[in-house]
Amino acid sequence: MADTREVISSGNHLAALAAADAGCRFMGGYPITPSSEVIEQMSDLLPARGGACIQMEDEIAAVAATIGAGMAGHRTLTATSGPGISLKAENLGLAQMCEVPLVVINVMRGGPSTGLPTRVSQGDVRQAKNPSHGDYRSITLCAGNLAECYTETVRAFNLADRFMQPVFVLLDETIGHMHGKAVIPTEEAVKAGIVGRKQFTGAPSDYHPYECEPDQPAVLNKMFTGYRYHFTGLHHDRNGFPTEEIETCRKLIQRLEDKVMLHTDELELNEEFMLDDMTGEEGEVLIIAYGSVSLAAKESIRHLRAAGIKAGLFRPLTLWPSPEKSIRKYTDMIKNVLCVELNIRQYTEEVERVSSRLDIQGLYKVNGRPISPHEIVSKVKEVF
Amino acid sequence: MAFNYDQYLRLEKMPTLWCWGCGDGVILKAFIRAIAKIGVKQDDVCVVSGIGCSGRFSSYVDFNTVHTTHGRTVAFATGIKLMHPDKIVVCVAGDGDSLAIGGNHTIHGARRNIDITLIIINNFIYGLTNSQTSPTTPQGMWTVTQKVGNIDPTFDACALGIAAGASFVARESMLDPKKLEKIFVKAIEHRGFSFLDILSNCHINLGRKNKMLSAMETLSWIDSITMPVKKYNELPEEERLNLLPTGILKEDTSVREYCDMYQDIIAAQQGKRANITQDDFAKKI
Repeated sequence: MADTREVISSGNHLAALAAADAGCRFMGGYPITPSSEVIEQMSDLLPARGGACIQMEDEIAAVAATIGAGMAGHRTLTATSGPGISLKAENLGLAQMCEVPLVVINVMRGGPSTGLPTRVSQGDVRQAKNPSHGDYRSITLCAGNLAECYTETVRAFNLADRFMQPVFVLLDETIGHMHGKAVIPTEEAVKAGIVGRKQFTGAPSDYHPYECEPDQPAVLNKMFTGYRYHFTGLHHDRNGFPTEEIETCRKLIQRLEDKVMLHTDELELNEEFMLDDMTGEEGEVLIIAYGSVSLAAKESIRHLRAAGIKAGLFRPLTLWPSPEKSIRKYTDMIKNVLCVELNIRQYTEEVERVSSRLDIQGLYKVNGRPISPHEIVSKVKEVF
Repeated sequence: MAFNYDQYLRLEKMPTLWCWGCGDGVILKAFIRAIAKIGVKQDDVCVVSGIGCSGRFSSYVDFNTVHTTHGRTVAFATGIKLMHPDKIVVCVAGDGDSLAIGGNHTIHGARRNIDITLIIINNFIYGLTNSQTSPTTPQGMWTVTQKVGNIDPTFDACALGIAAGASFVARESMLDPKKLEKIFVKAIEHRGFSFLDILSNCHINLGRKNKMLSAMETLSWIDSITMPVKKYNELPEEERLNLLPTGILKEDTSVREYCDMYQDIIAAQQGKRANITQDDFAKKI
């Protein structure tokens, strides 16, 4: 297996390493538990690679500097936790509007407000879908084990450049601080898979960064290369200048929607665990979980199966946009569906919407403690 | 021969949305002449602006331009500058941008002494949005949010810049375009954080609502509250009360610039020099 390597590390450190390996060269950050290890690690990794990592004066400045470096044409990262996302929200909206790619790692902790800073939660799933005002489509990935802290961060960088917008990577306190062995791709393998952002190579006078197909992202050339254009959070024309022209405004916002929603096939990634022998017969149980909870879910499925209950796990790695067809495939087939989340119904509501079913069962925990396999087994036996 | 601005302007964006007689145009022209005088290529300049009348500055000039969120210019510019230390990065922000909602970024940009020129276009009011109080609105003036008169103490921008650690601090007004051009040249050529408090006239949303009925009266008012720093320093303390000193208020070329210092971190991380210790700095605390 020449393309992989074994490392002993933590989730936050693996996410940082992944960013550096994926070509990230700038990070603006601000310390916040439980994500601080990401900037601590990047403050070594980036300058060693000739890049820059700066601890800014606040969360807002951290994402602003990151977007600035992204506007200049570099792969960039910021990392934070829920309260930090709340502060960064306005500038994340600017990045959506200007179509500036960046990766945002959110190591989730208990909320709302200051919440439970050192304890686990998945309470930011809904926030990740719409962190700021206006119409756009968020892309949100969620790592479910140590190795995925690495691979999902790499995937996020490539998707950010493909779709020219922020991409969230959700970790949680459990997985961010988990320490152990992971098998991850080599740096060479990651580098070989990098697809950078598109660049226009014609004459500057022919360059119109926001004039693209109705389902495609803007083509933003690097700054200081002779292609001078304008970034603005206002509705803008093909060269980025403010406009209120009716059709231009409509097309711009429709394009922000369609560039994502007409290409969800490029975004979808799921794990189907012990689902291949499901036939739709009576008594089968479908568990839907993501992130660190899925580790407990898998363990519970082994116990359930040993007890004669045919259970399986559907785990989306791309939470937003949700894998509608795949969710529906299983919710149409299997009667007993249990969503397990460290929040109250945040993704269950999406499953309900997608499946058009209102009999989805849920196991929710919001006290900062992880869900154990035993709790899932008990819940399954109780409700089905 | 008269200076030809065309090369540096986005002519298709003219006329500007600024009101007739607005000082922002004078400031824009002086800035363009300064860039021409420095002789830098347009591709090598980035102008970052915020929100408000001054926010539109960036869309009128033909450089790499960024119109950001309210108050965050210096933070965005920090990311650009750190990745491109050899380029000229200029922030244009209003008094609301840089002293109210974005005050934190102003302070910390100055503290880091990163090589960014911050041009605060200070018109003493939230002009674009119809006369709300700004941190520089003089006490006692009428605003739409304080119709019986502003009680909020007035911010001395340059005092903030000096205290925060900017290595170049200057104030001028739009009344003297020649001086403006000179100060822009000096500020941009200065390696470090250049903090400029540039007074502009909002005769529409400040002046005419504060008993300055003609545009000229607002200009006269700006003239009456400013005095060259040399003359200002000769005044006894009590006579300085209602005056803002103009000219270069601080110029320190001995302070190291942030991107230059960051090169030390890169060198240390790449094993090309020892770690940075307190011995690298004259001042230990």
